[in-house]
Amino acid sequence: MFTYTLRRLLLAVPTVLAISLVIFMLLELAPGDPMADVPLTIPPEVKAKMREALGLDQPSYVRYALWLKQFFYVEPLHLVDHWFGTQYGEGMQRVVSWQTRSPVSELIVQRLPQTLWVVGMGYLIGVSLAIPIGVISAYRQYSWFDQLGTFISMIGFSVPTFFTGVLLIVIFSVYLNWFPSIYDTTLVVNSWSSFVTQVKQMVLPITVLALFNAAQISRFMRASMLDNLQQDYVRTARSKGMTEKVVVLMHVLRNSMIPVVTVIALGVPSIFAGAIITEQVFKVNGLGQLLINAIQSNDLPLVQTLTFIFAVLIVTFNLIADVLYGILDPRIRYD
Amino acid sequence: MKTRYSLFALGALMALSQAAMAQRGSSGHVNVLYWQAPSILNPWLSGGTKDLESSSLILDPLIKFNERGEMTPNLAAEVPTVANGGFSADFKTITYKLKPGLKWSDGSAFTAGDVVFTWEYCVGIKGCARASTFTPVDKVVAVDPLTVRITFKAAKPYPYDVFGGATGAILQRNQFKDCLGDKAPTCTQQNFNPIGTGPFMVKEFRPNDVIQLVANPNYREANKPAFATMTLKGGGDAAAAGRAVMETGEFDYAWNLQLAPDVIARMNRGGKGKTVSAFGTLVERIEMNMTDPNPKHGDLRSTTKHPHPFLSDVRVRKALSMAIDRNTLVEIGYGPAGRPTCNIVPAPIAFASSNTDCLKQDMAGAKALLDQAGWRVGPDGVRVKDGQKLEINYLTSTNAVRQNFQALVKQWWTELGVKTELRNVSASVFFGGDAGSPDTFQKFYADVEMYANNFDGTDPENYLAQYACDKIPRPETQWQGTNINRFCNAEYDKLVKDLSAAAGVERRAVIAKRLNDMLTKDSYTIVPLVDRGRISAHSNTLGGVKLNTWDSELWNAQDWFRIK
Repeated sequence: MFTYTLRRLLLAVPTVLAISLVIFMLLELAPGDPMADVPLTIPPEVKAKMREALGLDQPSYVRYALWLKQFFYVEPLHLVDHWFGTQYGEGMQRVVSWQTRSPVSELIVQRLPQTLWVVGMGYLIGVSLAIPIGVISAYRQYSWFDQLGTFISMIGFSVPTFFTGVLLIVIFSVYLNWFPSIYDTTLVVNSWSSFVTQVKQMVLPITVLALFNAAQISRFMRASMLDNLQQDYVRTARSKGMTEKVVVLMHVLRNSMIPVVTVIALGVPSIFAGAIITEQVFKVNGLGQLLINAIQSNDLPLVQTLTFIFAVLIVTFNLIADVLYGILDPRIRYD
Repeated sequence: MKTRYSLFALGALMALSQAAMAQRGSSGHVNVLYWQAPSILNPWLSGGTKDLESSSLILDPLIKFNERGEMTPNLAAEVPTVANGGFSADFKTITYKLKPGLKWSDGSAFTAGDVVFTWEYCVGIKGCARASTFTPVDKVVAVDPLTVRITFKAAKPYPYDVFGGATGAILQRNQFKDCLGDKAPTCTQQNFNPIGTGPFMVKEFRPNDVIQLVANPNYREANKPAFATMTLKGGGDAAAAGRAVMETGEFDYAWNLQLAPDVIARMNRGGKGKTVSAFGTLVERIEMNMTDPNPKHGDLRSTTKHPHPFLSDVRVRKALSMAIDRNTLVEIGYGPAGRPTCNIVPAPIAFASSNTDCLKQDMAGAKALLDQAGWRVGPDGVRVKDGQKLEINYLTSTNAVRQNFQALVKQWWTELGVKTELRNVSASVFFGGDAGSPDTFQKFYADVEMYANNFDGTDPENYLAQYACDKIPRPETQWQGTNINRFCNAEYDKLVKDLSAAAGVERRAVIAKRLNDMLTKDSYTIVPLVDRGRISAHSNTLGGVKLNTWDSELWNAQDWFRIK
């Protein structure tokens, strides 16, 4: 198991590097211009100078090498400086966003809290709803509960979040006035009333995300439970006189969880990637909004860095899912 | 009895609202929503409107333009003119007297040295967004702490774009003195927290998300601003912004609601706020390609080497314009925020030509004109002359209103006997200047294209100069250039020169109108469609809003107050 993990980790290095090159080339070859948003009242020769100031006059291989150096050398140095108060990275050019002219890593750090709170909570609630729903739906297959669960998850699957989001805003913000439609990222929770405000502003986006996540995972859970409920060991357990509770929760659930856990693990990177649409609808302004904004204004260093970090997370969680699989299921041995 | 009580209540309310205006900070907090989030608060490093307008709360120019487009002194004590001796008779030197006793928000004195520094900053850094404003400037000198003298390289009859309006914000020398040259982009702290002379100062700036502002304790008018704090939130879309002001009442002001007229009308019924609109110089237009975009010409596509096979005939261009019903376009696309126009300079009034001949659709006239020009309807309904068919490729950027316009215009042109093929490309490609892309508006690989353009401030000189012969985008200029149509007329070029030397609004207006007419009703090189206004919304409890299209939209935030 250990050598397997080590081998996979080493293999991940060239994978990740190849991904960074692919991302860079895709961005490079895609049409677009960081000056496209600038009003037409600014003459073209000034725009050309502004492009030069962003370093766009350099050939692409130079810019790629520069990004590699900034991302893998300068940024870690700054992190070390930040932690230990040293000055190794002083004066070195960091990865800088073209829109804000500020270091990309600072933007990401600023955006992480709201994304983790809202998108992470949406995922957590989604998963904790999905598992019991999946279990009951499978155990009481074709009951009214199963039918209802199927119906709701069908809605969660098929209705896009930009629709459910706006629908919830129209009902709960416009008509009922219960919850705000705009998320306040500057709110500091330091009292009971600010905590209530925080909960209130999180309700709508989390509901949208939880519905979407629960819909997906509950279907996985149900299918996996149904597979296991038909197995011989279930009949054996029952004939040994075990209670239904033990049979379902101890035997069937544990075995059914194996594929579901990996699905859940593979979904974790998507929390960090933010929820582009939901964040935009509720103005949560987390990582998803940062990314879509950067894409729209052709802020290549920011897009490159963000997508690369997501790629690293996906590779990492793939590895974690594989290792988890081995731990959960003793029949699977990698060595 | 009832009336007396309500009168009494009204009187009390009025007294309250006056009291509210009497003291700085007495109106509490105000929430402003920009659906495009500000990225940076140093307007010299960014051309984007969102950045320019949000920084105008903090940074001030020497003069501002009011809602009628008139110049008002801001940091300057008065607007220098030839009459009051501030502007030299040869139009080469302008002297600004600053208001005495001005302070930066950090309490230090504002002096002429800061104005000089701002000029040094822009010309000294790489990629200053307003570099072109300073091209005609020879030098800026501080005569004494309260006097700035700007000398121009040549006579400049209209000198007010230098340090005037939202694009002329003055930076503090002390704060930015280490940010010159290559260091400009690394000064993140300064670019995010500029010290200014405006009504507000930055408390916290989160790029592309939100700005928290507090009233400037050293603001020059002791009782302003009425609001103690302001939140300027960014993100989302125009519809959500309108909803937050007019339907849920969470926000007090929403910027630039580019929405369909029926959507705005529905939001207005929400009862929490109302829309305000004003017209500026933004004109949606169809530009005619005077050169042949046919791919058979290879690298010489859309260059002056190959004139357009049929759009070079003025009668065809005129017929295409006559077939368009501009009133319907306004109704469908802009409602109260638009009006039909035949001019590319629709305002200020002094500069707007009286040309209105295009306002009424004349399909029969258009058909007759083409018949007369020898373009006969062929068996497939498409007009043809000497084997050349009237087939038009119509390009624009991806945008719901523009695609509606395309569909309507196609319908009219088809009726006229002109086959029309529609195409749209993403705005970031269309308006991006990528010389390698075939889809930019400068390359113009289409017969006609549609977009909107305007000019900063109130003088159209630079705007009209865009159509001079030497501004034609071509391979030698990496396809950069502003003369999109490849219009070239010696008389036009001469008049542009005259305009740059002409003094006095009357004289300038005569030339500007002539230039406008040459491009529009004389030659139909540019076919204006809609004069597009600005529409924003504010809550019923926000007072003092005066929508201004000549300066930053937040130009008078110091006069805003809470109606109690």
